Amino acid sequence: MAEFPPPVRRIGADGAPNVVDPASREAIPEPIARALAPSYGPERLRIDGVSIHYAGAAKPAVNQVTLPVRQGEVLALIGPSGCGKTTLLRSLNRLVELTPGATRDGRILLDGEDVDHLEITRLRRRVSMIFQQPNPFPMSIFDNVAYAIREQAMRRPGKGVLAPRVESALRRAGLWDEVADDLDRPALRLSGGQQQRLCIARALAVEPHVLLMDEPCSALDPISTGVVEELIHELRETLAIVIVTHNLAQARRVGDHVAFMYLGDLVEYAPTEELFTNPRADRTRDYVQGAFG
Amino acid sequence: MSSPGSTGPGATPPGRRQRLLGELRLWRPLDLAGVAAAWLVGLLLVVVAATLLLYMGYQGLQYVNLDLLVSRPQPGADQSQTGGILDPIVGTLLIILIATAIALPLAVGAALWIVEYGRPRWLARVVESGIEVIAGAPSIAIAIFGLAIFQLPLFGWASFAADGGGVFGRSFIAAGSVMSLIALPSIFATTREALQSVPRHVREASYGLGKTRWATIRRVLLPTVRPDIATGTALGMGRIAGDTAIIVLLLGATLQLQAGSDIPGVGTLQGTGSTLTSYVYNNSPTGEGNAPEKAYAAAFVLMLLIIGLNLLVAFIGRRRAGNDLPR
Repeated sequence: MAEFPPPVRRIGADGAPNVVDPASREAIPEPIARALAPSYGPERLRIDGVSIHYAGAAKPAVNQVTLPVRQGEVLALIGPSGCGKTTLLRSLNRLVELTPGATRDGRILLDGEDVDHLEITRLRRRVSMIFQQPNPFPMSIFDNVAYAIREQAMRRPGKGVLAPRVESALRRAGLWDEVADDLDRPALRLSGGQQQRLCIARALAVEPHVLLMDEPCSALDPISTGVVEELIHELRETLAIVIVTHNLAQARRVGDHVAFMYLGDLVEYAPTEELFTNPRADRTRDYVQGAFG
Repeated sequence: MSSPGSTGPGATPPGRRQRLLGELRLWRPLDLAGVAAAWLVGLLLVVVAATLLLYMGYQGLQYVNLDLLVSRPQPGADQSQTGGILDPIVGTLLIILIATAIALPLAVGAALWIVEYGRPRWLARVVESGIEVIAGAPSIAIAIFGLAIFQLPLFGWASFAADGGGVFGRSFIAAGSVMSLIALPSIFATTREALQSVPRHVREASYGLGKTRWATIRRVLLPTVRPDIATGTALGMGRIAGDTAIIVLLLGATLQLQAGSDIPGVGTLQGTGSTLTSYVYNNSPTGEGNAPEKAYAAAFVLMLLIIGLNLLVAFIGRRRAGNDLPR
């Protein structure tokens, strides 16, 4: 008789371990929760049993995923194309709601508050996002950042009020020294790497608590990628960061924790080195060793 | 001299022309005939366009002078007594202004609604096909429909009502409003296409910063598509300036601007007049007037106006090329 591996723990909706017999599902191992080093800051975001369905799809794009996101850490989501990592990321600031036919189950807590109960514009200021394609607006560098800061108030703040905040955002994104001379230049004239850092500056200008990054370097050359990764390291001090990446080496370089997803399921969640050197699930091992992608 | 095959700096490289001829020899006769026909038709069109321009230029320039442009038209059988084309020029500009002022917000609003909201979907489809029908309708059909509308007692204020209650139905307001339908489809189409070609990630970037849909439209989308709106508007203005049927039916066919009431300014809008197109129509050899030279001059001025608008379109197009979004 074959030996079954010991049952794995799964974080249930109430936080209680949920014992599942792995033999009941042969293909995909269950998510594995591990004790976390307490050196990280407070939990900013809790993804709690989140499932996302697209209308017309037989299988949910994201299936019962539970993950914590802490202040001071970078959580890297990895997995093959179509595994639901981007969909999961886009649900964190409820951007997935813009996709017609998408529905979400489960709860997402931001600093203990259900994001569904937050006013959506306020949520998105606290959970800001960087996209795969650098997407500055067709305006000047200054206006790109200023647009993010301006409240939807009757009286728009003047340039004098905005200028210091624009400068500080550009400084945090490491772009200030390159653009300080000519903030009125059209943002689209910048190089790809500069554009992406401008987008980071724009996202930081709203003073978020969580920064979501959807493959932020996939359109960048290696040097710009290095600059952005350096930036991620620095920003981690003050923010919780969730990054989706196709690039395993990048996940290993920037991630503190890595979550591996496959076909909508969270297969494994572990500290980065552990996941790469000693993965628990077979499928994780195959993926990080390049057996499939 | 140089031996065959050598290519000195002065010699023609034995390249393209011969290669092309060599290639043509390999073509099938039917293909050759097709290509030749295409060339011929193309050249013919160029000849037609050039002839038109040269003829209008020749006829027009003979009669265009400053005096003609700044004096008012007068009724008269004698060519030397019929005055200038000041009123038709003012009338054309006035009609362009009124029609654009109505069409621009309607068209941009409709395009924004269709692309950015589009719900309920059936209504969006109805609106789109409605605009397509307007775009395809002959302007004379639109004109006669417009006349029926503006002769309703409800629209007495737009022109003037006789004592018996009959409404004249012809005025700058009437013609300008109906004329807005001529410009609306082109403004709508260019705006809609431009909005549809703004990549999704640009909108998401704005939503991702916690911006509302309206802030995104106002601060990101409208500035992005502004050049396209301008292009559509300039094209629409050209169509307005060139339309005759609506003017003939709805502007009252007086050569001079004639106020419809005593209220300053508004009276002119309520009154009748002419545009360059109706002036050409009325003074052409087949029209009821008898000043074909003036008609040529007016037609020339009209063509300059429309060529000017087309140049403006090209200018806008070139200027935007440097500041385009990554698609």
